[in-house]
Amino acid sequence: MSLAKKFDKNKLILGLAAPLLAIVAAVAVTSVIIAITGKDPFHAYQVMVDYGSKSDSQVWIINKAVPYYLSALAVAIGFRMNLFNIGVDGQYRIAAFFAAVVGGAMTMPGFIQIPVIIITAMVVGAIWAGIAGLLKVTRGVNEVISTIMLNAIGGSIIGYFLQDGRLGKKEGNMVHTPVLPDSAHFFEIPTQPKPIYGFVVIAAIAGLAYWFVLNRTRFGFDLRTVGQSESAAAASGVNVKRMVITSMVLSGATAGLVGMPTLLGISYNYGTDFPVGIGFTGIAIALLGRNNPVGMALAALLWGFLERTGTQLEFEGYAQEIVGVVQGVIVLCVVIAYEIVRRYGLKTQQRKVGEELAAQARKSDKAEVSA
Amino acid sequence: MELAGITKRFPGVVANHDIHLTVRRGTVHALCGENGAGKSTLMKILYGMQKPDEGTITLDGEQVTLHTPGDAIARGIGMVHQHFMLADNLTVLENVVLGAEKLHGIGGKARAKIKEISDSYGLGVRPDAMVEDLGVADRQRVEILKVLYRGARTLILDEPTAVLVPQEVDALFDNLRELKAEGLTVIFISHKLGEVLSVADDITVIRRGTTVGSAVPSETTPKQLAELMVGSELPSPETRESTVTDTPMLTVEDLKMSAVDPDGVVRDVLGGISFTIRKGEVLGIAGVEGNGQAELVEAIMGMRPLDSGTVTLDGTDVSQAPTRKRREDGIGYIPEDRHRHGLLLEAPLWENRILGHVTEKPNSKGALLDPKAARADTERIVREYDVRTPGIEVTAASLSGGNQQKLIVGREMSHLPKLLIAAHPTRGVDVGAQAQIWDQIREARHEGLAVLLISADLDELIGLSDTLRVMFRGRLVADADPAAITPEELGSAMTGAASGHLEHVDEQEEEGGDDA
Repeated sequence: MSLAKKFDKNKLILGLAAPLLAIVAAVAVTSVIIAITGKDPFHAYQVMVDYGSKSDSQVWIINKAVPYYLSALAVAIGFRMNLFNIGVDGQYRIAAFFAAVVGGAMTMPGFIQIPVIIITAMVVGAIWAGIAGLLKVTRGVNEVISTIMLNAIGGSIIGYFLQDGRLGKKEGNMVHTPVLPDSAHFFEIPTQPKPIYGFVVIAAIAGLAYWFVLNRTRFGFDLRTVGQSESAAAASGVNVKRMVITSMVLSGATAGLVGMPTLLGISYNYGTDFPVGIGFTGIAIALLGRNNPVGMALAALLWGFLERTGTQLEFEGYAQEIVGVVQGVIVLCVVIAYEIVRRYGLKTQQRKVGEELAAQARKSDKAEVSA
Repeated sequence: MELAGITKRFPGVVANHDIHLTVRRGTVHALCGENGAGKSTLMKILYGMQKPDEGTITLDGEQVTLHTPGDAIARGIGMVHQHFMLADNLTVLENVVLGAEKLHGIGGKARAKIKEISDSYGLGVRPDAMVEDLGVADRQRVEILKVLYRGARTLILDEPTAVLVPQEVDALFDNLRELKAEGLTVIFISHKLGEVLSVADDITVIRRGTTVGSAVPSETTPKQLAELMVGSELPSPETRESTVTDTPMLTVEDLKMSAVDPDGVVRDVLGGISFTIRKGEVLGIAGVEGNGQAELVEAIMGMRPLDSGTVTLDGTDVSQAPTRKRREDGIGYIPEDRHRHGLLLEAPLWENRILGHVTEKPNSKGALLDPKAARADTERIVREYDVRTPGIEVTAASLSGGNQQKLIVGREMSHLPKLLIAAHPTRGVDVGAQAQIWDQIREARHEGLAVLLISADLDELIGLSDTLRVMFRGRLVADADPAAITPEELGSAMTGAASGHLEHVDEQEEEGGDDA
């Protein structure tokens, strides 16, 4: 029993070692880069911490983190299955577009209107991702290729319909879908100086559901099995092909949620200025958070923090690109640090098991001799 | 060559400790010990693939340190691995010169050298044949030639007979004697006593990672050698009384499956297989690997679709049922390749206990997992099946092969299967685990389990089976009574030389009578 505890303790230490190692490495590399540009790195950190901890910054960061987190969840579902859904970007955009169209075309009380919009988005996202899953199992098309292409196709479809006289309306030099009625506005959490999106609650629920389904259900076990070893999963009775489609559909449905905080909380329509690229950010955040629901939440907040404070760095005379560099460095450091720690942990464990058993064997050898 | 006090602490289980080995030039020196005794580790040290923690290696009176296989080759040590390292899509010539182009180029000179080596040791290698067209024995000769071509004077052969049928083993031994006659030294690793005694000049026995003794073949009986290896009485796979009943448990009829081989030719991998296994019966299938055994298993498990044929389990047609349904209905599966099909190597033991039985108790309640019950049951399996592990939270990868296999056997037996498919159940498993696994199969058979046993170990097959079939090129070509057959007779059917019902012939000429 004490031994089992020791293993757990080691596991905990290793678990903390990886992010710590990553942060130290990332700060070191970033400092060097800032120093090379001829600026003082420590002043930069000072600025970031000061500005990032202001209360309006905090609200901004949380609001920014919500879609990032949902996007990371969508990507992580694929990762746990060993699928690289690079198409979350296209999925959330086409999902948000059609959800905006459906929502703009009806006037219902909020408790019907909002769920209809959300479900529409999830269904459209699921279909869009499902196409890639279907292509993979029927034709063997790699999901990386198909989802990238579906991103482009999705963008074109939106471009086609988002025109005056089709599904869009012209307003100034912008085109957008009809504005959602007031009943479709999602609730907000009143905070100072600005409110936090109510969608943060949905994001938290989604994170909890992600953890529960993957770790506590039969389905989640099957999914993780396929991710760890497709051959073992097939032998254990998982229908691998069906699991590929199911997980793509789930990933797409989650991706469908990504655009919702914006649609139901800020823009209330899908226009040419609807945010793009959150799907790709989600990949970085999923990597950073190691597909762990809490880790990804922290990563999403960190991302928001960097973006928020990056703008302030510009005012202080730092290069604008520095934030992008920092983000890239962090992701690289995290991926490398986790891999190093994982390998180290595996090796230590194997050695421990070996030593333990060798000790047992020696003992029993002695027992035989003395017997 | 002399090894003294070699100790290797190794992530895994068997640590080599304090090994002493002296090999005389121009002899065949056999290194024997059970699976997992540490033979392969020792050879890897000798070949420079691993560095010993303690101890010295002396070659011709000179103490050496081998950092890489390159060092070993430079000192005239060559290794023929258990798993061949040849490129299928190249010719023999190309395979031999690959990586050794500097020696004799890649053209006429190399060809001449290959011919010369081949002729002087009687290897009979054709330089221009494609490796993919060669049989196992020929490939092995190419591997030997590869090593000789690089100038080796000492050859290490790691379990060279594991993949050969008895007739091919004899041919290999003739080659080894030729090598010896030319003054080369051969280190021959094996755990098969008969072979060791027939070919070796000296024998060193390893047990639990250390050298426990040496023997001279002419003065040693197999039994004495066995006891040295095992440390006690050798376990035997023989089953005592028959427990075969009349109730069919698994019936397969006319299974057909075809596959497209790399050349684009459609080939029958299963050509109309039919058999019945009754309750309490062990049906053994002998055959050289790659003759359709893996496909047969996957067909019964529902992992690969059949072209035609039916699979009936306990009176129910399961031909169309998915794998999970078949497992729930009572098929237990000990896969041939436990790393690919039986385990999640990076997952903890208790998750591995769930693998394959996620829908069954105690692993889940309804759609939810029950990690608590699964953990508790894993503890039970670890205890009852003697899985040597410090706990159930360690990953499956940190266990030794034998302990991994015991966990798999424990898991499959815990769901009281009606049919157990055991593909090479004791491959790469140490002797203690081997005896336990045999015991468990026997015990379960006693309680009415039907077993489909596929093995390359002919003694295991003959010892455990109630009925024997021989598989060759996707067909069951022969059957035999395990009580009255020798491994040699089985071997000739495995190469396709005999078919029908094999009768034991006491005379010198061994031939399967075609009295079907």
